[in-house]
Order: sequence, then C-alpha cells, then structure tokens
Amino acid sequence: MEFRRPKTLKNVLTHYCPGCGHGIVHRLVAEVIDELGIRERTIGTAPVGCAVLLYDYMNCDIIECAHGRPPAVATGIKRVLPDRIVFTYQGDGDLAAIGAAETIHAANRGENITVIFVNNAIYGMTGGQMAPTTLMGQWSTTTPAGRGKLGEGGPIKVCEMLSALDGPCYLERVAVSTPKDVLRAKKAIRKAFENQIAGKGFSLVEVLSMCPTDWKLSPKEAVDFVNEKMKTVFPLGVFKDR
Amino acid sequence: MPQIRFYAEHCKGCGLCVLVCPCQNIRISEDLNEHGHPFAVLVDPARCTYCAMCGRMCPDMAIEIFDGKNGSKENSGGAAK
Ligand SMILES: Cc1ncc(C[n+]2csc(CCOP(=O)(O)OP(=O)(O)O)c2C)c(N)n1
Ligand code: SF4
Ligand code: SF4
Repeated sequence: MEFRRPKTLKNVLTHYCPGCGHGIVHRLVAEVIDELGIRERTIGTAPVGCAVLLYDYMNCDIIECAHGRPPAVATGIKRVLPDRIVFTYQGDGDLAAIGAAETIHAANRGENITVIFVNNAIYGMTGGQMAPTTLMGQWSTTTPAGRGKLGEGGPIKVCEMLSALDGPCYLERVAVSTPKDVLRAKKAIRKAFENQIAGKGFSLVEVLSMCPTDWKLSPKEAVDFVNEKMKTVFPLGVFKDR
Repeated sequence: MPQIRFYAEHCKGCGLCVLVCPCQNIRISEDLNEHGHPFAVLVDPARCTYCAMCGRMCPDMAIEIFDGKNGSKENSGGAAK
C-alpha cells in the first residue's frame, strides 16, 4: 500500500482553510491525471472563487478565467487543440450563478470537456453569501434569517437540471466527506477524464464539499453537515451515463 | 515494512484524519507548527494498519505511506515550501 503525493500536485502549502474540501478534490484530480499519464497534455481552466489559485497548486497548464466562464474557455481550447485534455474546476457560485449560461450551453452542445464542480453550498471566497446551491433554511450573510424567507427560491440541483438535456454524456454527484465517498469521487473523476479521452463528450462530476469557515462550523461539524444535510437535498449518484 | 509519515509543516490541524482512523490512532498536538497550526501526530506506529484512510481524507497531503519497496522511503512530498 502506497499513498504518495501525486506528481500533478505541487509540493506547496495551499491557502485553503483547515478542513476545506478543495484540497481533497485537487488531490483526486491530480491522482487521476497521474494515473492516466496525461499531465503533459492537460490544460485546466480555473474559476473565480477560493480555487482561483489553482495554477499555483497543479503541476499542469492552467488558465485562470473570468468568473463563470471556464466552460466557454475550455470549449475554445478543446476545439483549437483537440488532442489536449481540458478540464474546468469550478465552485457553485462560478458554475451555477454567474456561469449558469456557460454551463448549460457547454453541456447542451456536448462539448468534449471534463467539468469538476465543487458544491459547498456557499460563496466561500467572498465571505459566505448565499449560493444557488445554499440549502433551504441555511444561514448565510445574505440570508441571515435562513434561505427561503425572502423569496430566494430553492437550491439548484445542477446534475438533475442538466440530465434533462441530450448533450451531456456523464453526470454524477459524489462527496468528499468520508473516506468511502472520497474513493467513489475519485472513480467518478477518473471516468469523467476517460470519457473525454474516448471522445464521448461532456462529463460533469459534482462534488459535495466542506466549507467550515463560511458555514461557521468546525471541520468535524462541516463533515456532518455534508453527510446529514447536503446529501439529503443533493442525493449522490449517477444522473446520466451513456 | 510500510512506513507512515505525518508532515507537521503541511498540517493545518483540521482533525479529519482523527475522525476517520479506524484504530483511533491519531491525535492533534498541543504545540503549533511554524505556520501557527496544531498538527496531527500518530499515537502508536505499531497499531497502524496502513489503510490510508487518514491520508485520503487529508485536504493538505500531510500524510504519506511508503511501502518500503524499491527504496521508495524517499520523501516525495515532505517539507513544505
Ligand atoms: C464578475 C465578478 N462578480 C463577482 C465577483 C465576486 N466573487 C468572487 S468569488 C465569488 C463566488 C465564489 O463562490 P463559489 O464559486 O461557490 O466558490 P468557492 O469560493 O465557494 O469555492 C464571487 C461572487 C467577481 N470576482 N467577479
Ligand atoms: S472559505 Fe470555505 S471554500 Fe474557501 S478555503 Fe475556506 S473553507 Fe475552503
Ligand atoms: S493508515 Fe489507517 S490505521 Fe494508520 S493512522 Fe492512518 S487511518 Fe489510522
């Protein structure tokens, strides 16, 4: 049994808070890139959000995009350089709020890209405002009485929504809140990259992830929040696989 | 023999490894590392089963396991920059 830092993950400290799920997801993406032997031809597109410094952490080419635009940038790269492996890495604000149009249309076109969607039910970087995926009743700085009291609507379920389209080839929701979930998440991320290598089209993996800082919870409580609250609203599973 | 290593300088003391270790074999230090974080410490190396659950839950790559073959004890990640 070996468990080592993947080559695609730079040996630097990250700026993420203690117990933040982004670090786990970064490692899983890096492990998959290592295992598939695609590091030299992989190009990542980074979001605006806590993962904005992805280029400091991943040992492959990374382009930082305007907020919400990674799927549009990835579309351009993949169409010009079809032999490259192109992925986006996005938070829920980036992917489902300001970038909702880019997400839906890239999925609908069936672009041959891999989307890693980190759903932590809040805007992390900017200090904890409501995200499209914030749960009903959940506190945030912009829903101080809990989401839903002032006509904010309910959480957007990205996998369910995209599964109504013909374009996507693979949609799965996973989590990183238990070791078993982490293993399952890695399998899904691997599949999402394999699909692109096989030319199958748009693959998206939604990862339920912890944001202890803006949830105002301890790392342990944040794991419980994912397991007990988020998983009931956002059921794990495969929503499309063809 | 496999070897497990905890890199104190990479650890932020979140304690997710403590939660998931099936042997309850990890604790958080009272000291702080150079970045001001408490850090995870293996309690008893002899009780470790090298299951790597702690490493998989770690957001900061602060835990590595070496299988001891091929002279691969060399630290790939190790010291934080
Ligand atoms: C055009 C534009 N609008 C708004 C912002 C402010 N902003 C920065 S990050 C962010 C949302 C981040 O949340 P999310 O995508 O969920 O990522 P997280 O930080 O939680 O990982 C917002 C609204 C911005 N930088 N640019
Ligand atoms: S604010 Fe939240 S998402 Fe951002 S680094 Fe901290 S824990 Fe992670
Ligand atoms: S490898 Fe397994 S048994 Fe050893 S410290 Fe980590 S979680 Fe505990």
